[in-house]
Amino acid sequence: MHPLIKLVAQRIALGLILLLAVSVVIFLGIEMLPGDTAQAILGQSATATSLANLRESLGLNQSPATRYFTWLGHALQGDLGKALTNQQDIAQAIGQRLGNTLFLAVCAGAIAVPLSIGLGLVAARFNGRWPDKLISGVTLAMISLPEFVAAYFMILLLTLVIPILQPVSMIFPGMGFFEKLHAVALPVIVLVMVVLAHMMRMTRAAILNVMQSAYIETAELKGLSPMQVIWRHALPNAVAPIISVVVINLAYLVVGVVVVEVVFSYNALGQYLVDHVAKRDLPVVQAVGIIFAAVYIGLNILADLIGIIANPRLRHPK
Amino acid sequence: MADLLTIKNLRIEATAYPPGEAPRHLVLVDGVSVSVQKGRVLGLIGESGAGKSTIGLAALSYGRGGVRLTGGQVLLNGRDIRAEGAAGLRALRGREVTYVAQSAAAAFNPAKRLMAQVIETSLLHKLMTKEQAEVRAIELFAKLGLPNPETFGRRYPHQVSGGQLQRAMTAMALCPKPDLVIFDEPTTALDVTTQIDVLAAIKEAIRDTGVAAIYITHDLAVVAQVADDILVLRHGKAVEYGATDQIISTPVQDYTQALVSVRRIDHAEKSDAAPILRVQGITARYRGTDFDVLQSITVDVAAGQTLAIVGESGSGKSTLARVITGLLPARSGQITFDGRTLSPDLANRSKDDLRQVQMIYQMADTAMNPRQTVGTIIGRPLEFYFGLKGEAKRARVQELLDQIEMGAGFENRYPAELSGGQKQRVCIARALAAKPKLILCDEVTSALDPLVADGILKLLLNLQAQEGVAYVFITHDLATVKAIADKIAVMYRGKVVRYGQKSDVLAPPFDDYTDLLLSSVPEMKTGWLESVLKTRKMESAGN
Repeated sequence: MHPLIKLVAQRIALGLILLLAVSVVIFLGIEMLPGDTAQAILGQSATATSLANLRESLGLNQSPATRYFTWLGHALQGDLGKALTNQQDIAQAIGQRLGNTLFLAVCAGAIAVPLSIGLGLVAARFNGRWPDKLISGVTLAMISLPEFVAAYFMILLLTLVIPILQPVSMIFPGMGFFEKLHAVALPVIVLVMVVLAHMMRMTRAAILNVMQSAYIETAELKGLSPMQVIWRHALPNAVAPIISVVVINLAYLVVGVVVVEVVFSYNALGQYLVDHVAKRDLPVVQAVGIIFAAVYIGLNILADLIGIIANPRLRHPK
Repeated sequence: MADLLTIKNLRIEATAYPPGEAPRHLVLVDGVSVSVQKGRVLGLIGESGAGKSTIGLAALSYGRGGVRLTGGQVLLNGRDIRAEGAAGLRALRGREVTYVAQSAAAAFNPAKRLMAQVIETSLLHKLMTKEQAEVRAIELFAKLGLPNPETFGRRYPHQVSGGQLQRAMTAMALCPKPDLVIFDEPTTALDVTTQIDVLAAIKEAIRDTGVAAIYITHDLAVVAQVADDILVLRHGKAVEYGATDQIISTPVQDYTQALVSVRRIDHAEKSDAAPILRVQGITARYRGTDFDVLQSITVDVAAGQTLAIVGESGSGKSTLARVITGLLPARSGQITFDGRTLSPDLANRSKDDLRQVQMIYQMADTAMNPRQTVGTIIGRPLEFYFGLKGEAKRARVQELLDQIEMGAGFENRYPAELSGGQKQRVCIARALAAKPKLILCDEVTSALDPLVADGILKLLLNLQAQEGVAYVFITHDLATVKAIADKIAVMYRGKVVRYGQKSDVLAPPFDDYTDLLLSSVPEMKTGWLESVLKTRKMESAGN
């Protein structure tokens, strides 16, 4: 078998094992919380008998191991249980919001990734000169701003000073694609501002590191222009470190944007999770936790794989 | 004939920024004038720091790091390229002048196929179509003796050997049909048996394409094979400039005479004595591999004498040293030291066994902690093995510094403040501090300039006479072997192919490999390359 296929298979298997381990950790974490689901449901009205009855009906009397495997079995079939607070099907509730989350993340990522890498290349090209300092300064200033400050600032700028966008980003089923794009424009702008600096700086650093190599001198002595040297000879050797930072930021765009969701009243997973944490709706917390973990693990495996594939020593062994 | 390249009164400067000190202004090249005619080869020769590469790169108006061309003229095809702007320089680089770097392994982009890199210049300057460039590249691959020239270019740099990469780099430089090629130590990093083939290939390619070349090297014997004229440089100044024959046979300047005669140390062999170290039937492999890199090695080292282990890279020389020290435990076989059997594994040896066997490495730079002073570095084994402290330790450090001929004042210096030769001397002092009976020297002179290397060899011989220490001297350089060895073991692909007293090993009849090895050492006379290629018995392999 080609060693590359073996490596890919290994990484994916490792990711699945990791995901399983995370599901155990989440389950145990919830187990360790004081009180249980029955108490959470009954709250003040709990009596010893009502608690016992509810525990019986929810299956809480069974051993933790049994409950874990029952939950896992259902989850694998797409059944994440029902929310305690409103008896809604969790999988269904998540499904719709996950779509919204991914829509926002993909829009922000599609702008932020090429933009930050491009800015990183330009900063590396003009290392130490004014374009580098300008790019570094502006992106650093943007990342230093807390995201809600950035959000309110953009709302002020783009809905009041230059009124071209709306401050609330609600989207509904049945909206057209461009309507949706218009609706999420503000949160996308804010998220791009937040993730730009990290990826830009890593690109710049990785390129400058590669620029020390002897083969860069070879390329310069061939008569290539500085940008050609960076694009053709430096970037292909800097892919792995850049990708690893890109996926960390993409994962953040999926799982970490609750503040922005709240500011723009955008109905997505982050808000859903925070609402249900506040209500101690443990099955929901567990389900969303697993989904977030899967996103993180999946994206990191992707980064690993791209890093491996970008390395010709692994692609073409001796 | 009009000159292709004329350098007049060239001055090159740089600013160094030593940490914690004020920036220092350096003059790298001062007042050098030289010219190259069409179809001729100029050799630039000198020690490291002589300004050879700096002058070579000046022909491309390129300064490494902060290096600046500050005075004089560089006339290429009649115009001063110092006056060219960035776009003008890009137009001449790769089209009129190309460059072959010392380490082709580092100078090729690991992420791109060789063909794409070889034809890149021709396409960039729109000299040929892609098809024409590929045809030319394949022709050049064939001319340079690369295997399967049709498909060679599809490989990535890591898929071919160092010697092949060096030829591919030459093909890359010749592909755009430049007027001038700068060869910057193109064979220095290669084994002597590989060097001879690459040298022959380069020489033939230069002759057939009629290109002019500047050939930079520190090895006068190598440059004598390819150059028409030679410029000898020292400390950035021209020492002597003349036709190759004149420089080799009747050098005028003292420095040139020293360079020409440098390989003439001879060390009378001592007769065999009782062994201090016996290596018997050692077989070893690296962890996680299933290939024996050493196969039943049996050699003895006589007390107070030198065993030279010679062979090309990959032959197992350094691995044998690692097995002797216990860093790599042998799979089978026995190591006896001073009558006792040593444990194969370093961890199970007594402190005294450890003290008795010391090591000196090729790269003195990386073998010392850059944040410790010379005094601390040499004092450490004194403390560790003998418990010396304070004044006693200081006195002993000074004694050792005197032994390595580096007087007072050095103990407070840091490694970065020493020259290459001085660093290696400090490493020798550190090894001596343990009062060992055996020192393993792994290519200790390979990274040094010939005259400095000579000084180190003389020092080692003196120390052997004073202290009675035995050496295992690992090297790929036969001149060094002749200078220091009493016994020689020739290694080839993990086996000892020839072993005995120096006079026996170096006397005919030879086995094929030893013949190849001996005949590949460049000799300081013109025409040596052609004569040796006709007469040798075995083709060099693995290049």
